[in-house]
Amino acid sequence: MTSVPAGLGIGAARQRARVREVVRHHPIAAFAVALATVVVLSIVGIGLGIVAISPAETLAIVVHRLIGLDLGVSWTRATEAIVWELRVPRVLTAATVGAGLAVAGATFQGLLRNPLADPYVLGTASGAALGAAIAVLLPVRILFVEFGLIHALAFIGALGSIAVVYRLSRLSAWSGLTNLVLTGYAVGALLSAGLAMAMYLSGSSLRQIFAFLLGGFETASWTRLWLAALLVTAGSAAILVRARALNGLLLGEEAAGHLGIDVRRERAILLGLASLVTAAAVAVSGLIGFVGLVVPHVVRLVVGPNARVLIPLAAAGGAGLLVAADLGARLLGDIPVGVVTALVGAPFFVALLRRARGGYEL
Amino acid sequence: MSTGALAIELRRVTLGYDRRPILRDADLAIAHGERVAIVGPNGAGKSTLLRGIAGVAPPLAGDVRIQGRPVAELSREALARRLAVVPQLVTLPFSARVEEVVALGRLPHEDPLRGLRAADRAAVAAAIDRVGLGRLIGRDARELSLGERQLLLVAVAIAQAAPIVLLDEPTVHLDIRHQVEVMDLLRDLNERDGATIVAVLHDLHLAVRTFPRIVVVDGGRMVADGPPATVLSAERIQDVFGVDPSNLPVGPWSGGRVSSEAR
Repeated sequence: MTSVPAGLGIGAARQRARVREVVRHHPIAAFAVALATVVVLSIVGIGLGIVAISPAETLAIVVHRLIGLDLGVSWTRATEAIVWELRVPRVLTAATVGAGLAVAGATFQGLLRNPLADPYVLGTASGAALGAAIAVLLPVRILFVEFGLIHALAFIGALGSIAVVYRLSRLSAWSGLTNLVLTGYAVGALLSAGLAMAMYLSGSSLRQIFAFLLGGFETASWTRLWLAALLVTAGSAAILVRARALNGLLLGEEAAGHLGIDVRRERAILLGLASLVTAAAVAVSGLIGFVGLVVPHVVRLVVGPNARVLIPLAAAGGAGLLVAADLGARLLGDIPVGVVTALVGAPFFVALLRRARGGYEL
Repeated sequence: MSTGALAIELRRVTLGYDRRPILRDADLAIAHGERVAIVGPNGAGKSTLLRGIAGVAPPLAGDVRIQGRPVAELSREALARRLAVVPQLVTLPFSARVEEVVALGRLPHEDPLRGLRAADRAAVAAAIDRVGLGRLIGRDARELSLGERQLLLVAVAIAQAAPIVLLDEPTVHLDIRHQVEVMDLLRDLNERDGATIVAVLHDLHLAVRTFPRIVVVDGGRMVADGPPATVLSAERIQDVFGVDPSNLPVGPWSGGRVSSEAR
């Protein structure tokens, strides 16, 4: 019984086991390493672009702006504008959205006990998209401190759809998890019909709706970044505090109850928090897929299912992935970032699944 | 928690779902350190009784008390420190190591922010050792055999360190060797650690072999409660299970040929 399954990848399996052991015993150090990686990626991401700016200049501008320290490197006003007004908010928005989607994905997967779950599983995506489409169609152009109607209605659409899904699923006699997912699917389908209709009616504004569906960070701004970062950080922190409930749910809802978790209450709270984080991410970036589904899986394969470790590392992983993907998208001539995440991420994920011992019972 | 109080006490309790009663007028008093099996045909209300004791099915009428406190008054966490429930087999949605699963037993005790402390880790290691799964540490729990998985769930309950342990058909998927292993483990937990054990069992032989006290549930009523020799008479087997006891191997129902190992 002690033998290791024979076959390929024993060395890799051992190596992964070692990494997992180190990370399991030093989760804070692992998080620090992940965070440092995100910071380095961000500096590179800020420096590279149509106008290349050296890492030294980039760092000097950022440090000067942040804490007023002079690193002895000089730069031009134009460079500073590119770095501080365009690239820094863009890179930080990518990091915030990546972190938020990964945390929300990990939460939905744990909450629904479903490896196929992602932040959009309960209708948030369709709700946000419909909200954005309505904003495009409306003849008014309200600008409330830089918050275009698109962002506002996308945010409201995402939260609204999940609220409807939750209420509807509770009305049903058997309010199980499958029911919640199926209700999400039904409501999502209805909202998608609305979206299709809106796109049909949109005429020349179709491109704007399409841009939202593809997602991206071209329109990043400091104000929107602050708000999204606030919601994502607060929401993720609150989810992390409730890691216990997510861990208990690993054994199922009833077993979690026997382990002292107030399942109904925790489920409602976690659902609300994950939805808030998702809505904030979607409102500033549109619909970016893949991150919220894949990053939690990859992190789980390395560190195991303990939410207390999983959530922070997924946040760092999601942030790193989207910063890198956005950089790739910019370097490839501003193609949609979702194309890059899928192109790079999907083969990587498949390779990882093939090597994961025991595999995933999807 | 008054020390003189019973571990489990039900007074004229009616249990059910959506106001539809399934078990009626149940009276049950189980002292600390007892070992009790609940038997009965399918659909008799055994699992409902267990769920009622565990506070999952709130009583429609009557009073369920755990260590003298009404179960409805206890928070889920306080209840989890008094009472562990070993579920029937669970499926894990994600890969999880044996020790990661057993660590879930510490949820009612662990620090909500910092997670497992050294004492918790020691309890987890001891629980894994106790059920004899030490050689499987580091393995994905989903790769274990059914028997090992059942032992794993018992280990979760041991790590939970609650003085009362409820089990819902803990041997239903197991081969004979594992059935005996689980039963002996329960007996050991009861005799060495003083845990109060209440188990729903299908197998009358295992019940007779391991449990000195047996509660028979039939048609939503508790119809008998006592030692196997008096409770599982030939007439009652015929009555409750609808089986001619002469078809069964030797047991308390076999008239003079009684052989009960249970003390």
